[in-house]
Amino acid sequence: MIDESKVVVGEHLHRFPGGLRLRHNKRVACRHAVARPALPTQLAVPMLQQAGPPAEPVVDVGDTVLKGQLIGADPSGLGARVHAPTSGTIVAVDDGPISHVTGQPGMRVVIDTDGRDQWTTLDPVDDWRTEDPATLRAHIDMAGVVGLGGAVFPTFRKVDGAHAAGIHTLIVNGAECEPWIACDEMLMREHPRRVVTGTRVLMRASGADEAVIAIEDQMGAVQSALEQAAAELGDNQVRIVRIPTIYPEGGERQLIQTLTGREVPAGGLPQDLGVLVQNVATVEAARAAIIEGKPMIERHVTVTGDGVAEPRNWLALLGTPVAHLVAASGGYTSAAQRLVIGGPMMGYALGRDDAPLVKAGNCILVLTENNVRPTQPEMPCIRCGECSRVCPARLMPQELQFFIRSGQLDAATDISLEACIECGCCDFVCPSHIPLAEWFRHGKAEARHLARERAFADHSRERHQAREARLAEARAEKEARMARRKEKLGNDAERKRQVARAIERARAAKEKSSTPDTTEKDKGGES
Amino acid sequence: MNRVFPTGTAPHLPAPPTVAGVMGQVLLALIPGIATYTWFFGPGVLVQILLASGFALVFEALALRWRGRPLQPFISDGSAVVTAVLFALCIPPLAPWWVAAIGMAFAIGLAKHLYGGLGQNPFNPAMVGYVVALICIPAAMTQWLAPREIAELVPGLAATLQAIFTGALPEPLTVDAVTRATPLDSLKTGVEAGRFVIEIRQSPIFGDFGGRGWEWIANAYALGGLWLVYRRIITWHVPVAVIGSVMALSLPAWLLDPGANPEPLQHVFSGGLVLGAFFIATDPVSGCASPRGRLIFGAGVGIITLVIRRWGGYPDGVAFGVLLMNMAAPLIDRYTRPRVYGR
Repeated sequence: MIDESKVVVGEHLHRFPGGLRLRHNKRVACRHAVARPALPTQLAVPMLQQAGPPAEPVVDVGDTVLKGQLIGADPSGLGARVHAPTSGTIVAVDDGPISHVTGQPGMRVVIDTDGRDQWTTLDPVDDWRTEDPATLRAHIDMAGVVGLGGAVFPTFRKVDGAHAAGIHTLIVNGAECEPWIACDEMLMREHPRRVVTGTRVLMRASGADEAVIAIEDQMGAVQSALEQAAAELGDNQVRIVRIPTIYPEGGERQLIQTLTGREVPAGGLPQDLGVLVQNVATVEAARAAIIEGKPMIERHVTVTGDGVAEPRNWLALLGTPVAHLVAASGGYTSAAQRLVIGGPMMGYALGRDDAPLVKAGNCILVLTENNVRPTQPEMPCIRCGECSRVCPARLMPQELQFFIRSGQLDAATDISLEACIECGCCDFVCPSHIPLAEWFRHGKAEARHLARERAFADHSRERHQAREARLAEARAEKEARMARRKEKLGNDAERKRQVARAIERARAAKEKSSTPDTTEKDKGGES
Repeated sequence: MNRVFPTGTAPHLPAPPTVAGVMGQVLLALIPGIATYTWFFGPGVLVQILLASGFALVFEALALRWRGRPLQPFISDGSAVVTAVLFALCIPPLAPWWVAAIGMAFAIGLAKHLYGGLGQNPFNPAMVGYVVALICIPAAMTQWLAPREIAELVPGLAATLQAIFTGALPEPLTVDAVTRATPLDSLKTGVEAGRFVIEIRQSPIFGDFGGRGWEWIANAYALGGLWLVYRRIITWHVPVAVIGSVMALSLPAWLLDPGANPEPLQHVFSGGLVLGAFFIATDPVSGCASPRGRLIFGAGVGIITLVIRRWGGYPDGVAFGVLLMNMAAPLIDRYTRPRVYGR
């Protein structure tokens, strides 16, 4: 159900509550043009690179694969396909590090690269302007495109849902609010035409009438590049809007609020407001999938941080070892202390650098001791309220953490724990150094677990009660039958008649059994 | 070749603020007020601050030890010192030394650690200490000095120390000679005796708005308080609500019956209202958390203060207002949660 009443995107800018103005360190990685690192000798491609179930390997050890060939299928339709990033030989299909946020190992396909980088046959659409939107969406599905902003939700499912809901505006999210990441900015700066074209392709695929590309106000060069590209392409449906650089402006819900002044209803989706938000890199991946027929096998990635000698942006094949990318960027500095996939606010730390680059990996951030949270003693909450002041979801983290710590998950759920976007703003301003975001991640997981268990218990109880009811009904029916019969027998004449009839029946049976041929037959049967 | 890294949870950036930093800024913000206080009433307040801080730290250390808590992080968090300074600013500058001892024993021992220490106390510790002292030892708590401008003599450091530690001023000074009724006190007794406010205000202890000297101290507190708002240590809600509610309630009363009711600004600049509005009612631990809750909390403090000043047994009511609203804070918080995104 779309409430189209007053959703105007990007006409006026609005302010989402809370947020932080963080010091940005993007420039450091933008001194070089984006390049491709040398082809690694081995690529380890995880089967789980998206939200949803992992892909299932369709290749075996010893198989040779071509670049772009399907190596992981998505039988459930809830995940995403995985393709070979380059040509080579499969040397292992096993469990190993997969750069997953949980830190757990998982299934991956390891390819020994052959250096030829030979493409498989590609299947682009003939002309996206005339092609059926459903075909465009199918191409996105076939190419295994997922949201590259960080949530890695399968793009096909999102676009398909938005199309079904009948959205009117596509919002392209170029607001890269994490302080170090610059890969989206580089993409927009170097390939504005691709971004604009991708936007138009995705508009058609999703059924949107117009589109807004949202970029941060400090990306001045990007705006002119995109506007020029739009003008050259003769496009007047794509608008470029600059929005204030406030973390977490790039969060889907915050971006929508900034552009429309409206909030996505709790439990709802952006399509309920008639909009679809896609990250700018996702748009480019969808464009490549549709126009060039290329599956999602590479991505822009920023390798940066004070722990990297020469920070820069790469266009790297998925499955490239993180160590390879860092080495290509001049290696670690002596102060390197923590390895993070993603930004410093929401990224997750890797324990070892042989983990592969995955679809979610917009940034490889190497932090030094100076820019990592020191292990300082956690103090009790003094309820200063700074956390709720910066919370973009208008939550009260001080109360949430109290409820979660004391195991009152229902109370936490009552005050909307699920609305937490885990942006970490509260952590950043907490004078007591309480790991709030971590508590909320934990609390959300626990609450979901509790809800599942409860649902299971409810289901079992309902089944049990239904069974009890059924048995009781059967018992009642039986009793009623007995009662009816008893009542009949209660009548004296009737009882006599019944008795007489029973005696008659017994006699008849006896006579029948004493007839010779029956006996013969019985005997014959027994012998 | 492969390297192993220690991991950690997001966000990875260091969080700059600390509890000690917050408390330190509160103390910094009190400096203008303390300096002005010292100028008008002599060094007594400084001695009381040192005394109360000393007792507070001793009791804090003892309580932490008894509770088996680590000493270092909590003793250095500054919270006990803030409690001590606020308490010292509320008691007469020449109060005997054991007033600070009793006050801090109740503030730190009872109000803070009995409830679980830092962050757990439902009542403002400084106000608990102050109210216990006010109720149990009223005589020592009402010996207020006259301000410099009208005092025959402002006691110096030596006289002050002697008064605080021996209870007697050096010859030929007597306690009666240096103390005066406070403006709120004389207002209350005067109005109860049937005199007009304008008449009572003829006394030299009154200044332009509140008490002579006191109104300047209030200005200095407000200055520090505004700096705290600017530094985002406190929000504007509580001070605005406290002062706003006092003005809003006293204005019609004054317009209707100026003979029996002082003007709104006199209420604001008298007694502990400005200190309370910026530094005491803003205590986050015992106050409300949500913006709307803070407005209600502050308004409650203002209203209760006015009611006690007008009808209560005490000349001022800020401490009682704060403590009574502390009781209501959890309930207010429960019903004033901000609307969550998308709900």
